[in-house]
Amino acid sequence: MEPKPRIGVYICHCGVNISATVNVKQVAEYAATLPGVAVSRDYLYMCSDPGQGLIQQDIEEYGLNRVVVASCSPRMHEPTFRGAAQQVGLNPYLVEMANIREQCSWVHTDREAATEKAKSLVASVVAKAALLQPLEEREVGVTPGALVIGGGIAGMAAALDVADTGFPVYLVEKSDHLGGRLADLNRTFPTLEPVEELLGPLIERIQTHPNVTVFLTSRVVEVEGYVGNFELAVHSTPVSRSGSDSPHPGPPPSERERGGRGEAEPETSNPEPETHTLSVGSIIIATGYDVFDPHRKPELGYGQYSNVITSLEMERRLAERDLSVDGRTPKHVAFIQCVGSRDVQVGNPYCSRVCCMYTAKQSRLVRDMLPETDVTVFFMDVRTFGKGAEEFFDEARAKGVLYRRGNISEIIRRGDRVVLVGEDTLLARPIEFEADLVVLAVGMEARSDTADLSTLLKLPRSSDGFFLELHPKLRPVDTAVDGVFLAGCCQAPKDIPDTVAQAKAAASSALIPLIRGTVPAESATAVVDEEWCAGCGMCVEVCPFGAPSLDLLWGVSKINPVLCKGCGTCAVTCPSKAIRLQHFTAKQILAQVDALVG
Amino acid sequence: MALKTGPVTEQLELFGCIQCGKCTGGCPVARKTALNIRSLIYHMLVEPEMKLDKHPELWDCTCCFTCVERCPKDVRPADLIIELRGQLVEGGRIPETIGAALMGVFRQGNPTGMAREDRAAWADGTEIKAAQEGCEVLYFVGCSPAYDLRVQAVARALVRAFQAAGLDFGTLGTDESCCGNEVRRMGEVGLFEMLAEENAEQFRSVGAKQLVATSPHCFNTFKNEYGLDDADQNPIEVLHYTQLIAKLIEQGRLKFSKEVNKTVTYHDPCFLGKQNHIFDEPRAILDAIPGVKLVEMDRSRERSLCCEGGGGRMWAEGTNLEERLAFQRVQEAAETGAEILAVACPFCLLTLEDAVKVQGLDEQLQVMDIMELVDLAL
Repeated sequence: MEPKPRIGVYICHCGVNISATVNVKQVAEYAATLPGVAVSRDYLYMCSDPGQGLIQQDIEEYGLNRVVVASCSPRMHEPTFRGAAQQVGLNPYLVEMANIREQCSWVHTDREAATEKAKSLVASVVAKAALLQPLEEREVGVTPGALVIGGGIAGMAAALDVADTGFPVYLVEKSDHLGGRLADLNRTFPTLEPVEELLGPLIERIQTHPNVTVFLTSRVVEVEGYVGNFELAVHSTPVSRSGSDSPHPGPPPSERERGGRGEAEPETSNPEPETHTLSVGSIIIATGYDVFDPHRKPELGYGQYSNVITSLEMERRLAERDLSVDGRTPKHVAFIQCVGSRDVQVGNPYCSRVCCMYTAKQSRLVRDMLPETDVTVFFMDVRTFGKGAEEFFDEARAKGVLYRRGNISEIIRRGDRVVLVGEDTLLARPIEFEADLVVLAVGMEARSDTADLSTLLKLPRSSDGFFLELHPKLRPVDTAVDGVFLAGCCQAPKDIPDTVAQAKAAASSALIPLIRGTVPAESATAVVDEEWCAGCGMCVEVCPFGAPSLDLLWGVSKINPVLCKGCGTCAVTCPSKAIRLQHFTAKQILAQVDALVG
Repeated sequence: MALKTGPVTEQLELFGCIQCGKCTGGCPVARKTALNIRSLIYHMLVEPEMKLDKHPELWDCTCCFTCVERCPKDVRPADLIIELRGQLVEGGRIPETIGAALMGVFRQGNPTGMAREDRAAWADGTEIKAAQEGCEVLYFVGCSPAYDLRVQAVARALVRAFQAAGLDFGTLGTDESCCGNEVRRMGEVGLFEMLAEENAEQFRSVGAKQLVATSPHCFNTFKNEYGLDDADQNPIEVLHYTQLIAKLIEQGRLKFSKEVNKTVTYHDPCFLGKQNHIFDEPRAILDAIPGVKLVEMDRSRERSLCCEGGGGRMWAEGTNLEERLAFQRVQEAAETGAEILAVACPFCLLTLEDAVKVQGLDEQLQVMDIMELVDLAL
């Protein structure tokens, strides 16, 4: 026979946040009259040490077995009050909160009505509290190892930090070389060292690190499991140069110029395709970006005129020190900013963040290489915000790069030159600018295969197509899937300093479960009553986390309590009402409703 | 006349503008008039005091909508010009010729002001079914093809093609009234709404499945502003004739028996190409005509140079009479070596043909509608 509920109710003043609008004493008096309530108090700050002490004292003195705190949102202090209860031996899931601040005192002005509402809210939570059950707190072991998807600078930086800590890292790269997009570049801002100097040491460390296993020409094709215990299938195809997905034939310049080093020797170079099964505790996604294809802006003539090229193509020309167009040295070079960025016409409203800097870089390199050639940048805004960036922009102008304000509207031909048709908005008149070579500062886009990876890992994406971080400020490398982290441009456009910083952050977060050795599992999970379960499989279909699975032998669904996040989707979907979501059972919720309307 | 701004900036969401300059940069008349749409938007935001009637360049806009197509922030700059025109119309401060055109539409259902009862005169001898008797395809002739002696040839060519393809089509005859596209672009909202309502009702009562127009201007407003594809009432598929003719050729219902051995270049009309993204069907038709060699101008498709016929410009000379875009355009056409400059719009036909004559190019270049070429080959 279960002991009768002995509920302690605590109405918080929250200074004056609640008490200025809600008559907290009246609510406390009212609460004392509710069924099951053994003690009812009001206090200035329940979350303070003395406030928590009140709860703990009452639990011991009055033998309370349920606690209701009517205060702020549980998102603020649920852990606080649960912790307080746990310290004196009360199961934390026997503590419930009524939000009479964000949902009451902060949104109403009528004192009488707000007080009545607070009373209703407390009554409903007390009704639920009477039906609460203790829940088990679980921990699960962690496979010591990490997977990094993507062998660019983000992937390598993240892999090294995890590997240096002492854990094995599997680095899976789709193409036949390490270095990613960076390998296609010439020099990077703001330091302007050749890319080989940046990548070379990194690739060397990766290839020689005892804890790192590199899989080139490979992709992750299957992921199962959950944080701490991921099971993966990695499919590797034979290494072949011509199959490279670089925009140019042959090895990227960084590898050619390293001379002697030759091609990156993959750890696994197989003549046959092979599938590897791996187990890891954390996953870091570092898959990078795609470059905007300016064919999508036909008015700029890309693909129609050989004088119009992309910034990536310009990198190659700068690396080869050959800027000639149809055999002639260009006399007038123009850059057009924001191509494929800040543009709803092509579905990319966002700013790609790196283009202002890379244009400042390319334009000044052109001036260095061809002092007789004039260089003009057509811009809308100049966003050179990083460390040393504004000074870098100053340097470009000091070297004679002319910045003219106005986004070019279209490009037409005139003889063997092209004409940029636009408006100089500072002169406030239309202009026609003749150029021999036009560089389109193309932006970044989410990779075309992002959807595949998103489906594979159940990773949500933001409206711009990049992977979605859990919280833009507080959790910039976490995702909605525990144990999966983001690094680099796959999350949003960014430059190399920010990419490496984020990669190291992702490594740090990925190391937490690995170092701890265990991960906590959600306690308020869904449970199947196997007698009622018809084995229809609808719960399996609707679960966003892959927690339920049909036991083919018994013909019923079993929910993995570690994968389950307690969202309740299965419970409401089940046609037999066989699934009960602990801590949010139908009985509890209906009791709340009855208390509110009864 | 003072300007009423507050509601304008909000209604048109002008705050979205980042002053990038793509609108003015791509505006065909910005180069030759005082019209600077970017600057106009900025003025609306910061110094809205403006005496509208002191700005005759507001009537220079051809409504080619390049600015709308290019704007990276979806601001629709041309809508501001149309809104300001609306205020001028309300105040009665408009160029005389525009006023006359609007009055003509109001009184006789066409901007020339010619008698309504003469609207079907072009069709004498063609035996076209009256749409009111019921037909699959409602052919909307349009004011220019009906009344203008040069453009009537296009309507007759279309009719011959429809008949050759065995199409079940009809026209509204003298019951047909102006589509209102230019009326709306000139800012006369009230008259437009009246026309749209009456016309739409008339179209629906015919019971046709498709509505095909000679002019891209009529096509534009029927497709985008009349709500004819509303599924609740019998939806009508709106087509420009190039879409229908291309389909008929593809289906083999229209066959060519003669050759037209000419080099042809095609001028994309703004209301067909830029605004409604129909670039391929006209070219498909020209490609299908035996003997035709199609060459492209540099400024083709999205960069086609406006002929300056739209936005009420057929009835207003504008502020710069010397430099006409049509002059530049026919030069560009001549430079391709083409013998024929093909068009698919009555306004383009008239303005470009005038330009050819004035520039003395009539020995080397002939302006023809696509249907006239089709007609030669049928």
